[in-house]
Amino acid sequence: MEVCNLPLSPSQRAKLVSAGYTTIFSLSSISPLDLARDLNVSHNEAAQILKIALQSTRFDQSINNNASIVTGGQTAWDMLREEQFITRITTSCEDLDNILGGGINCQEVTEIGGVPGIGKTQMGIQLAVNVQIPLECGGLGGKAIYIDTEGSFMVERVFQIAEACIEDLLESRVFQQQDYQACRERMQPKTFLTNIFYFRVCSYTEQIALINYLEKFITENRDVKIVIIDSITFHFRQDFDDLALRTRVLSGMALKLMKLAKSFSLAIVLLNQVTTKFTEGSFQLTLALGDSWSHACTNRVILYWNGSERFAYLDKSPSLRSASAPYSVTSNLWNDELCHPYLWAHFKRSIMLLGASSWLTHRGSFRSVAV
Amino acid sequence: MANKKIADMGLPKSIANLFAARNILTAKDALSLTEFELMELLDVGLAQVISAVAHISEITCPPFQTAHSLMEERHHNEHLAGHLPTQLKGLDEALCGGIPFGALTELVGPPGIGKTQFCLKLALLAALPINHGGLNGRVIYIDIESKFSSKRMIEIGAKSFPEIFRLEGMAKEMAGRILVLRPASLSEFTESLQQIQLSVLQNQVKLIIVDSIAGLVSGEHEREAPRQHSLGWHISFLKSLAEFSRIPVVVTNQVRSQSCGDAMYSFQVQNEHEIVKDPERLELHLVAALGIHWAHAVTTRLVLEASSG
Repeated sequence: MEVCNLPLSPSQRAKLVSAGYTTIFSLSSISPLDLARDLNVSHNEAAQILKIALQSTRFDQSINNNASIVTGGQTAWDMLREEQFITRITTSCEDLDNILGGGINCQEVTEIGGVPGIGKTQMGIQLAVNVQIPLECGGLGGKAIYIDTEGSFMVERVFQIAEACIEDLLESRVFQQQDYQACRERMQPKTFLTNIFYFRVCSYTEQIALINYLEKFITENRDVKIVIIDSITFHFRQDFDDLALRTRVLSGMALKLMKLAKSFSLAIVLLNQVTTKFTEGSFQLTLALGDSWSHACTNRVILYWNGSERFAYLDKSPSLRSASAPYSVTSNLWNDELCHPYLWAHFKRSIMLLGASSWLTHRGSFRSVAV
Repeated sequence: MANKKIADMGLPKSIANLFAARNILTAKDALSLTEFELMELLDVGLAQVISAVAHISEITCPPFQTAHSLMEERHHNEHLAGHLPTQLKGLDEALCGGIPFGALTELVGPPGIGKTQFCLKLALLAALPINHGGLNGRVIYIDIESKFSSKRMIEIGAKSFPEIFRLEGMAKEMAGRILVLRPASLSEFTESLQQIQLSVLQNQVKLIIVDSIAGLVSGEHEREAPRQHSLGWHISFLKSLAEFSRIPVVVTNQVRSQSCGDAMYSFQVQNEHEIVKDPERLELHLVAALGIHWAHAVTTRLVLEASSG
């Protein structure tokens, strides 16, 4: 192995090469003192270089000796066993959970995209609440990080969803009489809200900075089990002219997110916008940020309208088959029953003043304006 | 925070100097590069670069708040928890109290449905004293299509709030709080937005209305692509203006007709032949102008429609 492949700075590399140390082998039997003299650097620096060289020889040898003991590797069998313990976060919609294999996977990056008003932010908020369902109710009892790039996070809505979620949990507990009262006291919408860490990001630089910083933040707050970015797209769509830079920055970000998901075993959910793309003579909808970004996420879910019903489509997953499931956004929960189609209107971003009776009241008072 | 100087971040002197020498001056410059690019540029080891990037990131990244503290803050500091009531009962209920502060609300509807009338009423409401359900502030009304009518507004005021408008001089005071701007072109519009940014906080501006944003671009651009691009800046500007001054921003949008069904995802297209057979899909129907990019940026969209019968 060549010295050029070591993770050293260019000037250190140049010094090594010009002093005749071209292979790692040539570094293996030299003392830091000699190296410092040969390269004309401080002892400390020489020791650093040797340390880096030593690490890479170890790696090198293990490849030659036995493929199964490469450091950092894991056999497929071990992975299978580990997978059985992967936890999932429910979406509160049974059909959607089914096509996702039980919910949003921890340890994976999931991208959710859809047209404006389809309920992406609702999905994000719902997950931030659902991750906090206590362990004894079959949840994760974790905390959530919500990164808002668009400014569409509505606290009132979080409160509503938290309330509804608690109602739901208590209802299923009613039959078990014991600890009902204790549960009731412990689960307050206030606690749910306290466990959501909200970051408002105003530029793509801040977005990158925050993702770099997350590792430290999560190390300090170990019980964070989900990171939601709403949306990954916004700043990258507004102020980027250099598309090559955009791709590079985005893929760097995707790698860091995947690493986070694995090392802290938490779920990462990225919300994405859609754009139109001209293919085969017609306009088609597709998720934003281009083709190379599509490779970045492990799972991809597309939310779409089918007539007047909302559907979710699992577009990409390494282990599950593509499938669709209907869902709806209601005043209380993101779930599979359709009720009060107009109450959630605000949160759906689009208010369709269509429902007959409600329309009439609006209409009536509106007329009085226009007299 | 993105333009914060690296020199002021308290990095070790030696590495801070290297950043300065390579003309990497702000967090934005540094974070747009990968760690390996930085290694090459600065000529230092990986470990140092990683710790420098971590340090810059930590300083640049915005502070967090829990959702709970966010809600407490809104309830404490803001009148009606951050909503401008429209005084239309059903609508206020659906909107959790009215047009939300800090967000972009869009009105969409066919010509003549009453978008401008709605805007006039909102302008009045924001100007009204607090004890009459208003915000007691100034209003900036950007009237792009020259539809604003003071006479009509006073008429609406006199009908809806006779008790205020009967008082001597009140009509003058209310109308005096509403500042109307009439930019003739996109560049003038851009200019007035930049001016507004400075005066919003100083002058107690409590509402910004833009009627109608579509009028501005439909005349100037023929093709789809430049239109999307040119408005991208305006919408994010309006949105951040709303958010950081914590005031409601209301924009109106026109509708245009679309002949066939909506654009679909590629996985839906397989079933397209079935959908096309459906005769209703072939009829003309109305959709909001300005495209999907614009719609993503809007926080709340109100669709005004006439019910048949």
